[in-house]
Amino acid sequence: MSDVVLLTLTGLGLGALYFLIASGLSLIFGLADVLNFAHGLFLAVGAYGTWWASAHMPFVLAVVFGVAAGTAVAVLVEVVLIRPLYTRTIEQVLVTVGLSLAGVALLQATFGADPVIFPKPAWTGETTRVLGAIVPNDRFLLIGAAVIVLAALQLFLHRTRFGLIVRAGVENRTMVTALGINVRTAFTVVFAIGGAAAALAGALAGVYFGNVSPGQGTSMLIFAFIVVVIGGMGSVTGSAVAAVLVGLVQQFAGYYAAAGVGEASVVLLLAVVLLARPGGLAGRTA
Amino acid sequence: MTPQRPQDDHTSGQSTEPVSRPDPEEDQLLGGRSEKQVSTGGSGEGRLFGGRSEKQVRARRSGEDRVPGERPEAKGGAPVAWWALGGRSAWSVRRAVPVIVFVVLAVLPFSTLDLPALLPGPVNSPGSMQLLAICLVFAGLAVTYDLLFGRTGLLSFGHALYVALGSYTVNIAVTKAGLSLAAALGLAVVVGLVVPVVFGALALRVSGIAFAMVTLATAQVGSILVMSDPGGLTGGEEGLSLAPSALPGFLTGVLNTANLYWLALAYLIVVVAVVAWAVESEPGRVWQAIRENERRVSVLGLPSYRFRLLSFALASFLATLGGVVHLFLVGGSSPQITTSNFTLAFLVMVVIGGAGSRWGAMIGGIAYTYLDHRLSALGTSDAVAGLPAVLKAPLSEPLFVLGVLFILVVYFLPGGLTRARRHQGP
Repeated sequence: MSDVVLLTLTGLGLGALYFLIASGLSLIFGLADVLNFAHGLFLAVGAYGTWWASAHMPFVLAVVFGVAAGTAVAVLVEVVLIRPLYTRTIEQVLVTVGLSLAGVALLQATFGADPVIFPKPAWTGETTRVLGAIVPNDRFLLIGAAVIVLAALQLFLHRTRFGLIVRAGVENRTMVTALGINVRTAFTVVFAIGGAAAALAGALAGVYFGNVSPGQGTSMLIFAFIVVVIGGMGSVTGSAVAAVLVGLVQQFAGYYAAAGVGEASVVLLLAVVLLARPGGLAGRTA
Repeated sequence: MTPQRPQDDHTSGQSTEPVSRPDPEEDQLLGGRSEKQVSTGGSGEGRLFGGRSEKQVRARRSGEDRVPGERPEAKGGAPVAWWALGGRSAWSVRRAVPVIVFVVLAVLPFSTLDLPALLPGPVNSPGSMQLLAICLVFAGLAVTYDLLFGRTGLLSFGHALYVALGSYTVNIAVTKAGLSLAAALGLAVVVGLVVPVVFGALALRVSGIAFAMVTLATAQVGSILVMSDPGGLTGGEEGLSLAPSALPGFLTGVLNTANLYWLALAYLIVVVAVVAWAVESEPGRVWQAIRENERRVSVLGLPSYRFRLLSFALASFLATLGGVVHLFLVGGSSPQITTSNFTLAFLVMVVIGGAGSRWGAMIGGIAYTYLDHRLSALGTSDAVAGLPAVLKAPLSEPLFVLGVLFILVVYFLPGGLTRARRHQGP
């Protein structure tokens, strides 16, 4: 029983990380049709920003700094590199691929290729007893952060004017443009949101794994992509459900079978979902 | 169905040319234009070069040059390029150039030329031979990736999986299972045929971005599987070195690096020939049509799924063979070749060189691999050491330079290096 509780909470924590990355990816893809390989870079910027700032200020402020850095990079990338290429989907993918390669190499050149120890707050290293299981506190931090981000995103998407434009744009971008609304501003907004969420994920991943390395973002990005495809492109709720599903499947299969089976089962899950519902869980079946 | 040509045309090699067969140049022209059509999405916004319109003008001009009444369209509905009507002398020059290039490449091991800035030693020194051989293998692998991406329009992020498949299959069979080299090679051929068909059959159920994601995910599982070292077979993160006794004598030892170089060159030539033959064949035309407009192919009654699977299987099989050559060349399998970054490298090579063009992928592959290896040398050279730290650190990272170069190519040379000349055209 205690195993199950621990695995569930760890799976949820992992799912929370995936959700933070995938929600931005999903919105960016849904609205702007950009498959953003540079998202791992935003994550790494958030992680390194937090790591650097934590030497100078309290941890919470350092996270704020990291998130701000990630957001700034995301907005910069959108305005300078992605914007001139809209409607040229393949080129955009290529540019983000190049960006992820160059960005990770630049981080590596600046901070070194080896992982740096992440200065996590002491309380996240302690444990709490839940139903007989000894659970590290960072799991709760991850889950809590993801729930707050999910709630904030839902509020934004459903209660604000920009959110309305974003939702409408995901549904039918041409129509929104035809109605005289400048969708491009919304593109920048989703990039900012995605960058912020990814940077937060970077900071939290630093807490979860205990260290930061330049390539960390890229490896997590792959699972975030899987979450986006399973959840359905452009759906935040779909991403949330899929992230929980992927996190849990990965933890349980990895624990009860061999190492590596967890990841394999996630891909199996992806295959099953795609064969049954090519549009993803939340996707319109087309 | 499209108009049939007799089947034996495909196998009879390059000597007998059906009259309707378009110039290889036309293939490039089509490639060039279609890529732009896809990429600009019809809007033409943000276009940096007038390449496309210029080509259209040329095509139109060709219509005027022709005798009135003659159809300005080839059988496949493709516009005939103006130089396709020209003499055959230009034709044979174009034919001769690659032969000359390959001959020069083949005799390189006899050269003692010393190019201190470009190569680690004289051309025929083992270090230079090894570097050149790796460039050639990667050029071949880039050509196989181009078959998917440039020719058929399949954006795959899992091509590395098949390279690793070839490398690890032979390595494990020889080093761990104690099979003879011939048996291991046979096994690799079987595996290289079966696995891509099975994975491809699943992954190709979806298309576009979803296909890219499925291939990425499959390759990631392959990578994790190799890293986790199941049953001590793959050697985990350390990789698995090939038992030296496994290879025949002429392929081992520093002195025999030239033989490995020739092996790599042979692989490149085989891949280039097979791909050139395949894209000219009947399925090759369909691949091109799929890249342009898949729905139209389906509406015409052709099973696009099967043709995509054929392209996927062929490209992956050739990549598997490339993995075997890579194994011989570097003397082991490293988990590096299973990562998604390895696949991204192919994408970068193909785009830098020019996707869907005859020589683009090859040139891109050679350029990328060469820069990747030599830039690390540049990073420690005196010229860079004198620079301030702000410049020095990024320049010592080959991937930073290559990534920036890649972005610049995407922006300013949309057709890749091999089409750069054409953009400036007359």
